[in-house]
Amino acid sequence: MLKNVTLGQYIPGESVIHKLDARTKILAILVYIVILFMVTDFVGYAFLALLPIMVIVLTGIDPRTLFGTLRPVLFIIILTVVLHVFMVEGTALFTLGPLTATWEGLRQGAFMGLRLILLILTTSFLTQTTSPIDLTDGLERLLNPFRAIGLPAHELAMMMTIALRFIPTLLDEAEKIMKAQMARGADFESGNIFTRAKNMVPLLVPLFISAFRRADDLALAMEARCYRGGENRTRMKVMKFTSTDAVAAAVMIGLTAGVLLMRFGPLPGR
Amino acid sequence: MGEEKEAIIRTENLEHTYSSGDSMVLAIAGVNLVVRRGEFLAVIGHNGSGKSTLAKTFNALLLPTGGRVWVRGIDTADEGRRWEVRQTAGMVFQNPDNQIVATVVEEDVAFGPENLGVEPGEIRRRVDAALAAVGMMGYAHHAPHLLSGGQKQRVAIAGILAMRPEIIILDEPTSMLDPVGREEVLSVVRKLNREEGITVVYITHFMEEAVRADRVVVMEQGQVVLDGTPREVFRRVQLLKDLGLDVPPMTELAAQLRAAGVPIDEAILDVGEMAREIEKLLCP
Repeated sequence: MLKNVTLGQYIPGESVIHKLDARTKILAILVYIVILFMVTDFVGYAFLALLPIMVIVLTGIDPRTLFGTLRPVLFIIILTVVLHVFMVEGTALFTLGPLTATWEGLRQGAFMGLRLILLILTTSFLTQTTSPIDLTDGLERLLNPFRAIGLPAHELAMMMTIALRFIPTLLDEAEKIMKAQMARGADFESGNIFTRAKNMVPLLVPLFISAFRRADDLALAMEARCYRGGENRTRMKVMKFTSTDAVAAAVMIGLTAGVLLMRFGPLPGR
Repeated sequence: MGEEKEAIIRTENLEHTYSSGDSMVLAIAGVNLVVRRGEFLAVIGHNGSGKSTLAKTFNALLLPTGGRVWVRGIDTADEGRRWEVRQTAGMVFQNPDNQIVATVVEEDVAFGPENLGVEPGEIRRRVDAALAAVGMMGYAHHAPHLLSGGQKQRVAIAGILAMRPEIIILDEPTSMLDPVGREEVLSVVRKLNREEGITVVYITHFMEEAVRADRVVVMEQGQVVLDGTPREVFRRVQLLKDLGLDVPPMTELAAQLRAAGVPIDEAILDVGEMAREIEKLLCP
């Protein structure tokens, strides 16, 4: 059943990480990405790997599901490594036709690959431990200060909410239309990619028309419920930073300080 | 004056014309109607009779192109007080899916009061009260798309209730529901009308539902053609049929029995009344 498909990768839970304010998590991820790109050696990565390890321990997320999140980007990671191995000049390791693999290339490739892995793992924690609603709410509140320069923070968040609300409804509808068309002899399964794409037309046209009708209805219903944009709007749920958020902030400051010291300070590294 | 005070919605020579390109359609052609405070008013009429358009003029979603509408004394054409009108006269629509905005039931119920700028603690109280009033308290954290049609409509009603309206307008709220869902919605609406004193304007094409209202208005070609208690209205079996409307099944049966020469009361509305009448005939 399409209905039961879980949206995004959210894994419900009660851990400390789950209970962190969504804003804290978003900001922490941003900080992590920045310091990840400041690291210049493997020692730094080992240091930064502490965060994902800590999150795994605290949330009890099965590490296997985490490696599942890496699978779609595995190709990119391998490509990055291979390109580096052959493209970087230096001490030759072996030759393959016109291509020469180098030690420096291998080192750099591994370095870049690790960076990608850490990046993807850590960002996936955000979507795995934060429900889509909290995420949208958090984003709206974080972007709110930028309204002054014309960023439609509330509108973006509202769009995301409505999209999340209607994805299951439209999936359901797509399934219904598909069955109705199949009952009339439509074929969605055979033929090459072009015939198949062409056969999707009788599915997509009704789906789009219905989506527009729904949008019309929804706009009317929202107006009837006094919706007039984000101005003077209040929210039922108030987001509050707690002591846990302070701890998380301290951890992130610690990580940043460590990386800065490694890069510019007297600690080992360059 | 006392009479005036009772009227919560009042229309005067109300007209509404839809224009698209060159074609003009007169959907409402001069309606003078008074809805009284605390009343349960059903509006019936076949498709295109203007009943839905009429409902939308009651909360300023549509503005009169002729005549006027007052909601609790506020002229709906007064742009500065439009939101006040919409808060006073909440509206529930036909399609349960297309009026739920949020991904969680309680968030959706909170949508209205949030738009009104109500303070968070008060929104919480209103949401809980509204969900309790429609019997959906246990579903506060559910995803709306997994609810049944009747449950979705009750959530939509709760969303309106949380705005503390004085009137609820329901535009064919049950036409996409199964019989169970229809009964759920109708009994919730009746309860709100009786217990909370909320004025109800209920647009429907189900005569069995109209029978349970205090007053029935029949629309045809943008005009009110019949207006009275269900008993008064459904007595006019032939007129209703000429308008292309059904009559409640028992009223129809009574009419046929009379036509066949059985001296039965013609204003029978439901099975209970029919049973009593037949009993009276059989053992006088």
